[in-house]
Amino acid sequence: MRSLTHLERLEAESIHIFREVVAEAENPVMLYSVGKDSSVMLHLARKAFYPAPPPFPMLHVASGWDFADLLAHRDRTVREYGLRLIIAQNEEAEAQGINPFDTGSALYSQAQLTDPLKRALTAHGFDAAFGGGRRDEEKARAKERIFSFRNAAHRWDPKNQRPELWNLYNAKKAKGESIRVFPISNWTELDIWQYIALEKIDIVPLYFSKPRPTVERDGMLLVVDDDRFRLEPGEEPVTRPVRFRTLGCYPLTGATESEATEMNDIIQEMLLATGSERQGRAIDKGQSASMEDKKAEGYF
Amino acid sequence: MNAPSSFQTDALIAEDIEAYLEQHQNKSLLRFITCGSVDDGKSTLIGRLLYDSKMIFEDQLAALESDSIKHGTQGQEIDFALLVDGLAAEREQGITIDVAYRFFATEKRKFIVADTPGHEQYTRNMVTGASTADLAVILVDARKGVLQQTRRHSYLVHLLGIRHVVLAVNKMDLVGYDRATFDSIVADYRAFAQSIGISEFTAIPISGFKGDNITAAPSANTPWYEGPALIQHLETVEVDAAAAQTQPFRMPVQWVNRPNLDFRGFAGQIASGTIRPGDPVRIVPSGKTSTVKTITTFDGDLDEAVAGQSVTLTLADEVDCSRGDLIAAAGDPPQASDQFCATFVWMDEEALKPGRGYWLKIGSQMVTATVQPPKYEIDINSLEHLAARTLDLNAIGVAEFATDRPIAFEPYDVNRQLGGFILIDKFTNATVAAGMIAFNLRRADNVHWQPLAITREDHAGLKNQTPRVLWFTGLSGSGKSTIANEVEKQLFLMNRHTFLLDGDNVRHGLNRDLGFTEADRIENIRRVGEVAKLMADAGLIVLTAFISPFRAEREMVRKMLAAGEFIEIFVDTPLDVAEGRDVKGLYKKARSGELKNFTGIDSPYEPPESPEIRVNTVDMTPEEAARYIIARILPLK
Repeated sequence: MRSLTHLERLEAESIHIFREVVAEAENPVMLYSVGKDSSVMLHLARKAFYPAPPPFPMLHVASGWDFADLLAHRDRTVREYGLRLIIAQNEEAEAQGINPFDTGSALYSQAQLTDPLKRALTAHGFDAAFGGGRRDEEKARAKERIFSFRNAAHRWDPKNQRPELWNLYNAKKAKGESIRVFPISNWTELDIWQYIALEKIDIVPLYFSKPRPTVERDGMLLVVDDDRFRLEPGEEPVTRPVRFRTLGCYPLTGATESEATEMNDIIQEMLLATGSERQGRAIDKGQSASMEDKKAEGYF
Repeated sequence: MNAPSSFQTDALIAEDIEAYLEQHQNKSLLRFITCGSVDDGKSTLIGRLLYDSKMIFEDQLAALESDSIKHGTQGQEIDFALLVDGLAAEREQGITIDVAYRFFATEKRKFIVADTPGHEQYTRNMVTGASTADLAVILVDARKGVLQQTRRHSYLVHLLGIRHVVLAVNKMDLVGYDRATFDSIVADYRAFAQSIGISEFTAIPISGFKGDNITAAPSANTPWYEGPALIQHLETVEVDAAAAQTQPFRMPVQWVNRPNLDFRGFAGQIASGTIRPGDPVRIVPSGKTSTVKTITTFDGDLDEAVAGQSVTLTLADEVDCSRGDLIAAAGDPPQASDQFCATFVWMDEEALKPGRGYWLKIGSQMVTATVQPPKYEIDINSLEHLAARTLDLNAIGVAEFATDRPIAFEPYDVNRQLGGFILIDKFTNATVAAGMIAFNLRRADNVHWQPLAITREDHAGLKNQTPRVLWFTGLSGSGKSTIANEVEKQLFLMNRHTFLLDGDNVRHGLNRDLGFTEADRIENIRRVGEVAKLMADAGLIVLTAFISPFRAEREMVRKMLAAGEFIEIFVDTPLDVAEGRDVKGLYKKARSGELKNFTGIDSPYEPPESPEIRVNTVDMTPEEAARYIIARILPLK
C-alpha cells in the first residue's frame, strides 16, 4: 500500500479537472498570466494530456504595463512547449488616457484586464476558461466553486452556483454561457511553491531577488521597469535587492526587499512572512468585499 | 494556553529549510467538515485553527481587528469568526450561507476544511461539503447539549458515508469546564449515534474561543480529560483514499488520448485498487477484455499506480473503449445495471418530477435517468419514513431509478466515487440532486431483449409507408383534436394506415388511474409515448393530440423514437383565442377556481422552441391546417 502525499493528491485532482473540461466543453482556453500559479497550471495541463500537448490555447491578458521579464518568459515558454498563444489587449486604452498612474485602480483594472478578457472570450467563442484562482487567496474565493458559471455577459452570481459533490462536475450550459474553471482551487501558496521546487518548474526570474531600480511610493516598493515609469518630483530610483511574491502590472505591484535568490530561500521567506501575498497588489485594496464585486463584474 | 506543539516550527524553517521541506513534502492530506449551528462557535473554531497554524498574516489580522470592532460579537476581543465569514451579503446578516473551504497545515498533515452552515434550510450545502470529507467535526454547545440539529447533522454525515466522527463539545469555558456536563452530553450523543449506525466517535471537550484542547491536551482547565487534543486526533485518523487501494481495480475513462496513430491511451483517475502493466482488465459495460500495456505519465511509465492517481493506460489490444466506460480488474468487475435503488437529496427549488428524464452523471458516465415516485421521504428530524409523491428542496428520499442504458457502479457504502451520482435538469442545466446508490435492482446483463424475427422495417414495408408519430401539442381548445382528426381522414383517403391517440381513448382506459397533477401529466405522456412507439414499430402513422405542456416530456418521447420519426406539431393558438372558444367550458371552470392545475391558467405551458411544423389556427381552417401538415410530411414512403 502506498499512501499519496498531499501534493500527489492535489496534482491528481487538478489533472482530473483538466480532463473533465476537455471532455465536456467545446472550446476551452487557459488564462495564462505567466505568474507562478499559471506556471503550475501549465505544468499540470501538460501532465494531464501527455503525450499529447494541452488541447487548448493560452490566453494572456496583457495590460501594456507588464514586466519585460514576464513577457520574455511568456514567449520563451510558448516556443519551448509549442503552445498556441492568444494575446488580449485593450488597444484603445492609451488613446483614452488610461494608465496606471492617472487612472483609479477600479477603472484601470476594468479597462485593462476585465474588459479585454471578456472581449477575447466572446470573440473566440470560448465556452470554458481555466483560471489560476486559489481558495486560500481571499475570503470571497474560499466559496468559489471549481466550475464557476458565467452568464452570456460573463457575470458571476454568487447566489446561483451549482453544488459540487464528490469529484462530479456539471459542465452543462446553455448557449452563450461559459464556465470559469479553477483546477488549482485547493492549492495553497505554500503548495504552489513546494510543487515548483519539487517539479523544477521554470518560473519568471522576477520571483527571485536581484538588484533592481526601485522607488518607494505609498508604502510600496515599485520597480522602475522601463522609461515609461513616471517619477514624481524628488523621486530618484534606488537600486535595491528585491523580488516579487505576486506579479501584476509593474507600476501597481509592490516588491519586497529580499536576499532570496534560490528556490529554498523563497519558500523560507514565505513561511516566515507576516503579510499575505495579495498585500503587494494595489488592485485588491479598497473595501474588504472588493474582490467579490470585481468577480461579479467578470474579473478572474 | 498550551504550546501549539504540532504546528509549524519557525526555528526549523529559519535554521534548516532543506530539512523542513524534505519533511513537508511527505505530508498526507485530510479533508474534514465542521457541522454546527450559527451559535455553536463553528466559525470561531475554524478561525482559531487558522490562527494557531499561522495561516493568518499581519495584514489580514489588522483587517480582522478593525472588522471585529465594526461587526464583531466578542466585544473588544478578536472575533475569529470574522476570518471565515466570506461573502458581503452574508457578513451583513452575520451568518454563513454556503460552503467555504479553508486550508491549514501542521507538522504532520495538511487539512482542507469544508465550512458549512448549520441552519435548517441548508441541507444541500452540508451534503456538498460532506461528500469530499474523510472526517466530520460535530460541534455542540456545552450549555445546550445534543439538539435536534446535532442529530440532523449526524444523520447527514452518516448518510454521506463519513467514517470518522468527532463530537466537539464547545464553549466548555462557559460551563466552568465541568466534567459532568461533558460526560452527560457524550452519553446522550452515544445513544443517538448508535441508533443511526454511527458505531464510533471521538468526544473532545474544547473551547474554540479560549483554545482549550485544540492543539494540546489536557488543557489546564480540563485535567480530567484523557483523550487527544482536536488537532492531534485530526493528524492521526486514516484517510479514505488509502482504504480504496485495497479494493479491486476500477478506473472511469475520462478521455481517450490519441495524439498520433501509434498511441491510444485511456486517461482517468483510479477510483479503487492498484494496477500494473500486464494486469488483465475488462471494459465495463461492454465486457471486452485486454491487458494493460503501459501506465503512461509525463514523468515516465510507471510500474504501479494506485487509487487516487490520475494516469493514462494503454492496452495490449485494440478494444472499443471511450469516455463513460470503466476499466476494471478482469476477474472482478463491478456491477452494471439500468435499474437501481438509491437514497437521494433534492437540491433544487423546483421539486422532483417522477417520470421525467434527467441527466445522471456518475464517474464519467452521463445517461438519461427517470426516477420513480419515492418509496418514502426521510424526516431528517425524527428519521421517520414518510409517504411522498415527490421531493422538495432539501428533502431526502429513497426511490428506484431507471437509466436509458446500463451503467457501471458500486454501492455507495463500498466506494463513494463509484456509487455517488448527481442529477442534472435537462433544461435549466442545474444540479438538482445528489444520490447514493444502495443496491442493484437487477443484473442488466441477465435481461435480453426478445429477438424479433419480423422487424419494424418489415411491418412498415408491408404497409408501404414510413412510420411516424405526428405529435400535436397546444393549449386546451387550440384545435389539436380537430386538426388531428382531419389529418387522419385525409391520410385514410390516401390509403395510409393510421391511428389517433387522444384524451378520449387514452384517459378513459390505459391512463384512467392518472389525474392532472404535474407528476400525473408526465406519466400520462410517458405512457402515450410508449404506446405510440409500439404502434410506430408496427408500421403505423400515429397521431397524438394531447396538451403535453412540458418540453421535457415531448423531448423524452422524441428520444424514444428513431431519428426523424417524431414530428412535433405546434397548434399555436393564443390563450385568449382558445379561451374565447372554450368549447368544453373548461376555461370558465378554471377561472372560477373550480378546476385546478389547468394549463395556461394555473399550470404552465412550455411552447416548443423549434417544432417541425407550426400551424396558425387563427388564419387557417382545420381543413387548411391538415393539408398544410400533410404537405410537410410528404413523401409518406
